[in-house]
Amino acid sequence: MVDIGTVEVIPPAEVEDVELYHPKSWVTKYVFCQDAKVIAIQYSITAISIGLVALVLSWFIRLQLAFPGTFSFITPSNYYQFITMHGMIMVIYLLTALFLGGFGNYLIPLMVGARDMVFPYVNMLSFWVYFLAVLVLVASFFAPGGPTGAGWTLYPPQAILAGTPGQDWGIILMLASLILFIIGFTMGGLNYVVTVLQGRTRGMTMMRLPLTVWGIFTATILALLAFPALFVASVMMLLDRVLGTSFFMPAIVQAGEHLKYGGGSPILFQHLFWFFGHPEVYIVALPAFGIVSDLISTHARKNIFGYRMMVWALVAIAVLSFIVWGHHMYISGMNPPFGFFFATSTLIIAIPTAIKVYNWVLTLWRGDIHLTVPMLFALGFIVTFVNGGITGLFLGNVIVDVPLSATMFVVAHFHMVMGIAPILVVFGGIYHWYPKITGRMWNERLGQFHFWVTFLGAYLIYFPMHYLGFIGVPRRYYELGETAFVPPSAGTLNVFITAAALIVGAAQMVFFFNLIWSLFKGKRAGGNPWRATTLEWQTPQTPPGHGNWGKELPIVYRWAYDYSVPGAEQDFLPQNQPPAKRMPVAAPS
Amino acid sequence: MNITFIFLAVIAAIVAWWLSQQRITAKPWLEAGSIVDTGASSMPAAKIGLGLFLVIVGSLFALLISAYSMRMDMGEWRPAPVPKLLWLNTGVLISSSGALQWAQIAARRGKMDGVRAGLLAGGVFALAFLAGQLWAWRQLDAAGYYLTANPAAAFFYLITGVHGLHLLGGLVALGRTMDKAWRAVTAGELRLSVELCAMYWHFLLLVWLIFFGLLLLTDPIVSDSGLVSLICRIL
Repeated sequence: MVDIGTVEVIPPAEVEDVELYHPKSWVTKYVFCQDAKVIAIQYSITAISIGLVALVLSWFIRLQLAFPGTFSFITPSNYYQFITMHGMIMVIYLLTALFLGGFGNYLIPLMVGARDMVFPYVNMLSFWVYFLAVLVLVASFFAPGGPTGAGWTLYPPQAILAGTPGQDWGIILMLASLILFIIGFTMGGLNYVVTVLQGRTRGMTMMRLPLTVWGIFTATILALLAFPALFVASVMMLLDRVLGTSFFMPAIVQAGEHLKYGGGSPILFQHLFWFFGHPEVYIVALPAFGIVSDLISTHARKNIFGYRMMVWALVAIAVLSFIVWGHHMYISGMNPPFGFFFATSTLIIAIPTAIKVYNWVLTLWRGDIHLTVPMLFALGFIVTFVNGGITGLFLGNVIVDVPLSATMFVVAHFHMVMGIAPILVVFGGIYHWYPKITGRMWNERLGQFHFWVTFLGAYLIYFPMHYLGFIGVPRRYYELGETAFVPPSAGTLNVFITAAALIVGAAQMVFFFNLIWSLFKGKRAGGNPWRATTLEWQTPQTPPGHGNWGKELPIVYRWAYDYSVPGAEQDFLPQNQPPAKRMPVAAPS
Repeated sequence: MNITFIFLAVIAAIVAWWLSQQRITAKPWLEAGSIVDTGASSMPAAKIGLGLFLVIVGSLFALLISAYSMRMDMGEWRPAPVPKLLWLNTGVLISSSGALQWAQIAARRGKMDGVRAGLLAGGVFALAFLAGQLWAWRQLDAAGYYLTANPAAAFFYLITGVHGLHLLGGLVALGRTMDKAWRAVTAGELRLSVELCAMYWHFLLLVWLIFFGLLLLTDPIVSDSGLVSLICRIL
């Protein structure tokens, strides 16, 4: 325990001459830039752009489901290509890149009080390798045969066999793009972790970090350990496809002809894929957890409830997420004791997750809640995450999962828990930090409109989808056709869902309009419009200049959540505000 | 996946130890005031960065070797013979690592000649190792165990290939360090670079020894002893 009985303000130490890279030309300032803030913007714009492609693909999927046979450009092959690319882009190229590359790059150095990432050159490379990965992905749309239609899980053997769309070039480009993405991410991830470890300013202990940093930090470590599994799987499948090895390919007879493959195991791929795939859910969720904690605390003017528990829960979720991957493979068949093990470990994750949800709610309790747009999104996240999480408890059980696994119920579940919930946090985060990034305020009315349409619309889309799953509507089907068990009303419901999806998608244009319009016309935000405590709001310039801080790095005297401290003059105390000399300090026992 | 779990357990132990140093049971809301020790390590960031990178590469190899041993258990497994040449290659890689260790010690003592000799020897041995591995590939290929012959051969080429590529990447860093070594005046300027190279080499040696050990245990000639089935069951 640190002796804090005698609080003394440390005089600003002589600042060592930091080796800070200085851009010399337009190209090195805006294109091949090593400043984490610029890299963050580059990551975000690239991720959101490719995400818009995935949004349009989801429209095509919905149009086909609601009006089968109406649109000539949606053939069965195209449909599979659309669902594959939609899933892959949303999970990896949008959410992972945006949370870690976008929010991570912008917020980590500012929140820990550093001038930049520790390895700025590697950080720049990280973005450009990611950009290349996106280009390769986009190229697959224009390659002969189009992108792969193997489903985002790319299960062998079908992923690389004739008959699957994109078997010629699509799958090769997809795997190459994933390999590039992982290389690029590793470069960035090294930066995020080492900057948190070593780049913290004076006084900034780990337990004084805002939870946003904890969330991104934990998620990055998770990603660094999990992505190698996808890397290994991608390399092995690429060798199977290009050089004819048989890592994942059993002996196959196709159209009466023995293929060259033999002796491989498709199940091996599933193990590798889901060993990455399950942690991936938390790679997306943990940064969202962190950001939402900060949004709620700031906009409810109250310290986060149970800070230590929040940190421990993040770590616990990260550890547990490595031993649950089997719950994605129940219907692949497994030894019953394994099924029991994976079901149990899956349900245990609900404990630390529930701790987090309770703590958010308890933070709100008797808080001074300001229903600003970021706060609305944060509240929307809690509700949505609880909904999606609870259906996850159903699906974690083997006997419930087996009948529901290939139905729309699963689609509804994972869209709620790792689609809508994190995206709501992305929006909340962008609205929250936009004033710092641009120095301008967005339009409040448009922001509220955007929230309500997105939030309510998402429920109109996904709530009925659970029901479709219950009555047995299968997922991945191009067309339902005539079945004995699916009533015609399922078709009507599909039309309704599609209408809602089109409206919610179109409403996102309001968001982009708001961002771009406010960039020029928004009113000046000032340095700290939310009266927040964390360091990024205390920069001498807004938007923060190159090197983030003036001559002196900030010194941290307190944790990140000193809101509404009894006896304090204002309802927030910035982290770098020294304790008042005469203020009695409660001594920890 | 047992190898991966052993690996992850080691990582978890390191993380737990690190967390225990970060006062995670502190009550930060009661601790307004200055805290001098932020819990950051006194090691240079580059060294921590490399350490973390080795964890990632470790995860990569743990998964590759796990996949290899899982496939072995799935039946219809016909192992490829282990070329005798690998024994020699192992010796060469140990020498390479040893030479870099020597360079590291010389750098600490400030002996420039020793650093240069160590780096050069390390580089030459590493190149010899890579050449030896390529030769081993040719021997296997000639014996009918080409890349697509069966999964055991494919795994051998894959894992040795990924290992070789990592060594090749290390040689780029070693080349830059050598370039510095011939221009630097004092050994002090070089110390960190040499230490990083040595760390990376020792790590790749460890990976190789684990993989080579697994190969030997599953070799058809050795496997008659019954030891193999025992070890395979454990892994």
